Amino acid sequence: MSMVRVLVGTRKGAFILTSDGKREKWDVSGPHFAGWEIYHLKGSPVEPNRIYASQTSGWFGQIIQRSDDGGKTWHQPGTPAGEPTTAPDGSPKAESNKFVYDTSSETGKPLTTHQFYDGTQHPWEFKRVWHLEPSLTDPDTVYAGIEDAAIFRSTDGAKNWQELSGLRGHGTGPKWQPGAGGMCLHTIILDPSNPKRIYIAISAAGAFRTDDGGATWKPINKGLHSQYIPDPNAEVGHCVHHVAMSPKRPGVLFMQKHWDVMRSDDAGDNWKEVSGNLPTDFGFVIDVHAHEPETIYVVPIKSDSEHFVPDGKLRVYRSRSGGNEWEALTKGLPQSNCYVNVLRDAMAVDRLDKCGIYFGTSGGQVYASADAGDSWNAIVRDLPGVLSVEVQTIE
Amino acid sequence: MSDIRVILPQHLRTLAHAGAEVAIAVDPPVTIRSVLDALEAKYPMLRGTIRDHTTRERRAFLRFFACEEDLSHESPDRPLPQEVVNGKEPFLVIGAIAGG
Repeated sequence: MSMVRVLVGTRKGAFILTSDGKREKWDVSGPHFAGWEIYHLKGSPVEPNRIYASQTSGWFGQIIQRSDDGGKTWHQPGTPAGEPTTAPDGSPKAESNKFVYDTSSETGKPLTTHQFYDGTQHPWEFKRVWHLEPSLTDPDTVYAGIEDAAIFRSTDGAKNWQELSGLRGHGTGPKWQPGAGGMCLHTIILDPSNPKRIYIAISAAGAFRTDDGGATWKPINKGLHSQYIPDPNAEVGHCVHHVAMSPKRPGVLFMQKHWDVMRSDDAGDNWKEVSGNLPTDFGFVIDVHAHEPETIYVVPIKSDSEHFVPDGKLRVYRSRSGGNEWEALTKGLPQSNCYVNVLRDAMAVDRLDKCGIYFGTSGGQVYASADAGDSWNAIVRDLPGVLSVEVQTIE
Repeated sequence: MSDIRVILPQHLRTLAHAGAEVAIAVDPPVTIRSVLDALEAKYPMLRGTIRDHTTRERRAFLRFFACEEDLSHESPDRPLPQEVVNGKEPFLVIGAIAGG
């Protein structure tokens, strides 16, 4: 029988929630890495027991953890304790938490500056890993989206990381700027129909695409309109909060921008707004139904200065027409005195026949719907604030 | 070679699979740099958690104490007090008090 494993990153550790295909009774394990911020966990699509986790701390920096048994045990993929830290030739061995921007003359790009909050230029500095995206075909290959914005790749199970520096070196870096959460690369989408094509998104630079496996990148922000940059239609500078794509229909993208819900039917080359009748089009999450590529979900948030759901009501909005026409989904969700937020990586869908939808809140609740959003139940209610939610459907 | 006592904050103990205090063999001269080099060699999972990978500078929210002195802003090459060298006193790595 199928099972579902929900991977939850929180401000104080990771939790793993498991259920059978009915999704009625849940087993909760954790906290893993108690006390640390777990920005993201994600399992390999080809080897589901291989899970990567980003463990981070303002005090102690970035750690990468890996499990090879579905989250029962974890290890840092670098050099184990007690082993020599250098190879026989004297070169340093693996350091899984070593994210160093590639400034080499062979493959790298110079470390430039980006725009800071006050408009001055500020040097690029590594802070943390926001998102881990395992390869669709190789369990040892995984991509990392980091702050300050860049994309890294490991091809040895997260032991060593190399920057795909063409993105940071695109040339528009001085116009990128941090959003409230920092200048983070938070979205990585691998195209299942084209292994050379990857989409990423950065707050606040916008969305970018590579068609050559990561060597070169182009901004894909035509049609975005943002009042908080001097030229509202600029090529870069947009605060894209999240992008989602149905693997069944690569090339059709949905975006939750700072304000505005957007859609592209040509792999990001052009975007059009599909906010329609949403009560507010500010928000962070967006996701697509596993089997219906025109069914999409968002959680509207009141405004950029009031990061909680409007009117004290937690409502997921679903469109079955790819945007513009939205319905509020409220059954099982609090409809009074609720003031939580749902962060950008905190929604996911499973792949069961009756698609399950999951999201976590800043108040520590993880809600699940086993009927595509018609009704909801809280799997857990009192975790630390949820940073990310991912789901594995295990046959 | 001296056995230096190093006290780690809780999160680093967890990462290193170690207790509150670890003993590190350090070749003279015993300095902040040589102690941290030896600590990271014995516990490679701590590399990057105390000092920046690239600059080797102390991470901003960590402090170094010994013999009731704050050594955080001392030169990493200043010899540590004799009480640390002979094992009477530990070298402490402390997480700054800054929120929870």
